[in-house]
Amino acid sequence: MGLFILRRVWVMVLTALCLTFVVFFLTNLYPNLEKLAKTQGNMRMTDEEVARWLDNRGYGAPILSKYGQWLGVWPGWTHETERGVTGRCIDGLATPEQAAGAPRFCGVIQGDWGYSTVFRDEVSGIVGTRLGLTGKLMLWVLVLMVPAALAVGVLAGMREGSATDRTLSTFSIATTATPEYVSGVIFIAIFASSAVGLKWFKGTATSAMEDANFENFFLPVLTIALYGMGYIARMTRASMTEVMTAQYVRTARLKGVSFPNIVMKHALRNALIAPFTVIMLQFPWLLNGVVIVETLFNYKGFGWTLVQAAGNNDIELLLAVSVVSVIVVLVTQLISDIGYVYLNPRIRIS
Amino acid sequence: MSKLAEYDGPILEIDKLSISFFTRLREIPAVMDFSCVVQPGEAMGLVGESGCGKSTVALGVMQDLGVNGRIVGGSIRFKGRDLSEMSAAELRDIRGNEIAMIYQEPMASLNPAMKIGKQLMEVPMIHEGVGEKEARRRALEVVTDVKLPDPERILKSYPHQLSGGQQQRIVIAMALMSKPALLILDEPTTALDVTVEAAVVELVKDLGKKYGTSMLFISHNLGLVLETCDRICVMYSGEAVETGSIADVFDKMQHPYTQALFRSIPLPGADKNARPLKAIPGNFPLPHERPPGCNFGPRCDYFAKGLCDIDERVPMVDIAGDDRHRSRCLRIDEIDWHAPVEASQTTARTEPGNVVLKMDKLKKYYEVAANALFGGGATRVVKANEELSFEARESETLAIVGESGCGKSTFAKVLMGLETATEGQIILDNRNIEATPIQARDTKTVADVQMVFQNPFDTLNPSMSVGRQIIRALEIFRVGRTDAERRERMLQLLDLVKLPRAFADRMPRQLSGGQKQRVGIARAFAGGARIVVADEPVSALDVSVQAAVTDLLMEIQRENKTTLLFISHDLSIVRYLSDRVMVMYLGHVVELGTTEQVFAPPYHPYTEALLSAVPIADTKVEKTHIVLEGDIPSAMNPPTGCPFQTRCRWKDQVPGGLCEKEVPPQRTMAEGHQVKCHLSDEILRGMEPVIKVAAE
Repeated sequence: MGLFILRRVWVMVLTALCLTFVVFFLTNLYPNLEKLAKTQGNMRMTDEEVARWLDNRGYGAPILSKYGQWLGVWPGWTHETERGVTGRCIDGLATPEQAAGAPRFCGVIQGDWGYSTVFRDEVSGIVGTRLGLTGKLMLWVLVLMVPAALAVGVLAGMREGSATDRTLSTFSIATTATPEYVSGVIFIAIFASSAVGLKWFKGTATSAMEDANFENFFLPVLTIALYGMGYIARMTRASMTEVMTAQYVRTARLKGVSFPNIVMKHALRNALIAPFTVIMLQFPWLLNGVVIVETLFNYKGFGWTLVQAAGNNDIELLLAVSVVSVIVVLVTQLISDIGYVYLNPRIRIS
Repeated sequence: MSKLAEYDGPILEIDKLSISFFTRLREIPAVMDFSCVVQPGEAMGLVGESGCGKSTVALGVMQDLGVNGRIVGGSIRFKGRDLSEMSAAELRDIRGNEIAMIYQEPMASLNPAMKIGKQLMEVPMIHEGVGEKEARRRALEVVTDVKLPDPERILKSYPHQLSGGQQQRIVIAMALMSKPALLILDEPTTALDVTVEAAVVELVKDLGKKYGTSMLFISHNLGLVLETCDRICVMYSGEAVETGSIADVFDKMQHPYTQALFRSIPLPGADKNARPLKAIPGNFPLPHERPPGCNFGPRCDYFAKGLCDIDERVPMVDIAGDDRHRSRCLRIDEIDWHAPVEASQTTARTEPGNVVLKMDKLKKYYEVAANALFGGGATRVVKANEELSFEARESETLAIVGESGCGKSTFAKVLMGLETATEGQIILDNRNIEATPIQARDTKTVADVQMVFQNPFDTLNPSMSVGRQIIRALEIFRVGRTDAERRERMLQLLDLVKLPRAFADRMPRQLSGGQKQRVGIARAFAGGARIVVADEPVSALDVSVQAAVTDLLMEIQRENKTTLLFISHDLSIVRYLSDRVMVMYLGHVVELGTTEQVFAPPYHPYTEALLSAVPIADTKVEKTHIVLEGDIPSAMNPPTGCPFQTRCRWKDQVPGGLCEKEVPPQRTMAEGHQVKCHLSDEILRGMEPVIKVAAE
């Protein structure tokens, strides 16, 4: 098992490197850099001035070297002028002596994620807080979504074709077919609008960042959960109906096992193998939903940060957000693989 | 939760039972007017082809017909109580407690995510409310009863960790946990190998005696029923056509279908040239296309117009003088049941021609990762074929016999070029082809060596018409210059396999199993194949169709002088059609010789066991019972020395433990008869024949 995880981690690291390089390459295309120079420096800079500005700040280096510096496996750039030394690893202007004492490497590996031009703050700090906020949102989404989806799927799948099955199936198809920006708006209109709505919940989740409660947090959670729920429920139902027609369920039935026990003891574990992978695959999808819902409910989490970074050409923040997303996706995949092995004894390591 | 009160009548009485399945289109009657009685301690065999309703009867007894099935007439009484009047809770008490069932596929009928022990313990815990400890003790006892080694370990394992034979023993153990009064066995050994089948059948018989259980034994194999049952009921198209004691039905059959069935299975004495099998003409009627009057009418030799086709159900009538022997035929008294089989056309024996294919010390090893999913690490070598050497001549049938895992399919793959050989040679027309994969072979070679596959249901493209598939093969083999020519050739091929030309435009799903297999044969012969590897070509087909397809293969072979490599585990059919037989075990050829040499002593010990394991549907045959212990060892970890030494009953006759040390040499017993065994000549010559036909 240890070897298996080790191998998977190694593959994960490779994947992460490739993906981050792609993102790095795209965000560091020249037009982006030019725009950066003009917003940070002067809108009316000439082309030469832009080139000089970029060179002075280390953006002129070849892409691989820049990527290496960002990662922290390549010495950070330094730039000497008569006024002093600037560099990737040096705060502001420094004397040559100070510059010599500064670390040579400073990148993601050393924990230096760079500086956000939008928030005027360290990227690592921003990502940390925002991720925490989104984590809170996701946790409640999962708490609501997974049990509800599994319950719906199992109830629908245990008697294929029954009235319960049809009702629940319709419900799950409807929820999956409604994107968050539609359901979110509808929920706000129905439950939160001060003019016509029921005024049960708040239409904004800004206050939930400090103090989440049912009133200000339920709508965003519900919006994300509903969308993912239909999908998982459909998968669970399909898996459940298949298991319920399996021969070993017939064996159990003809052994005299009662229906609730057939479902709970014999069918459930087998039926959960397929949806488990789907649930894990839902995480990347949820990140999608988070972007929309956080913007819609003005909840300043990770998705909201991504929108801000992308909208304002904040290269370092955008990179950090991408890296975190990649890691989240890969880690969920790892968990999904390990969980699959646990649920399915047929592929357990001998 | 105790058992029903003692009842001294019959255990099971089925009276005029009719079961129908309801679809949106129509009502499909699956079982009609079925009656049978099972007395305490009696074993009743239910025999028929697939689709005849025998499994539906079993599920009807279990009252588990699904949403669409319904009992539309008659009654099923268990210990005098009508099962259809019971409530769901009452039925649950009976299922698994009083009536238990054993299923066809043991792997599918065990829960893959639940440990064996838990699945077994469930039975007494539900029905007798005993505690976990007591349940475990009983599970252990029953697992010991079904002769499984190391019961403690078995209880702790998952189903996939056991072999097929062990799984079936667990299913049997589960059925016997609560000592049921009636045991229903639905084709319990169809998925198993012959030697394993023999062991399981013996176990069921012994346990049935030990616990005094009545049995309803469902099978398509007449030989198996002969070995296990006291009485038999033959079903055809939803009806029981004949029922009676084994002796009566086997020797004094009173229904044309039963008679035709016996004439279409290869019994000892049948011979492809002198006494060919008599296939039942026509096809099994679909449930909604049954003819008026007698269901078997259109296929019956004794069909009388105006009598057998009047739209009125034919009643079951008692046969005077026999014990509860009944038959459903209107002409019982008119037919001379003892008339000898009409001499169907006999053909002259064809002499084998030149050697076309030669194998010389062929070896095929596979390297597999020790742990496929979690990859890496050490690789292990699977020795699928070891030193295969033989010659095959023109218009000769060479049968390759062995149980699953013996390497017969690997050998076929290497010959076809789907795999390349590890060592040794395959010589086809003085050319070596062992290292040429099929992509690199020229069209001629590919067309020359063709294959007929086991499962006709999977080997035809479901979205391509029959004619198109054959034309496709013709195109690939570059037969014919124009499309019109190829179409003409395709129609000729359909003639060759005796399918109507109109079938060219049909889709595979519109064909029955036998017809599909004919298409498969036509496709194999499209390029004028000279060597055809038939990999269990009839084992997926019904008994009555098997004879027709076998005869077709023989006929084509006679005309085209084809070399037929007939891979099979069914020794009866091998004996019937092959000229020479090669017996394989764990990748080794253990015996090779003409059919007469292999089927008579001296045997290789494995051949001896194999022969004794094959059930033969003839009451006059006496067999020596040899039951092999244990399972076939894994090819990944073969035993040292002789591959068969772990299960051989003759092992102690060889001095000095030679069997464990050395692989025996290939010894020539007689002209063309080779045996791979350490036994001394005297012992080999002193062997008794396994199958004896009593004098008539």
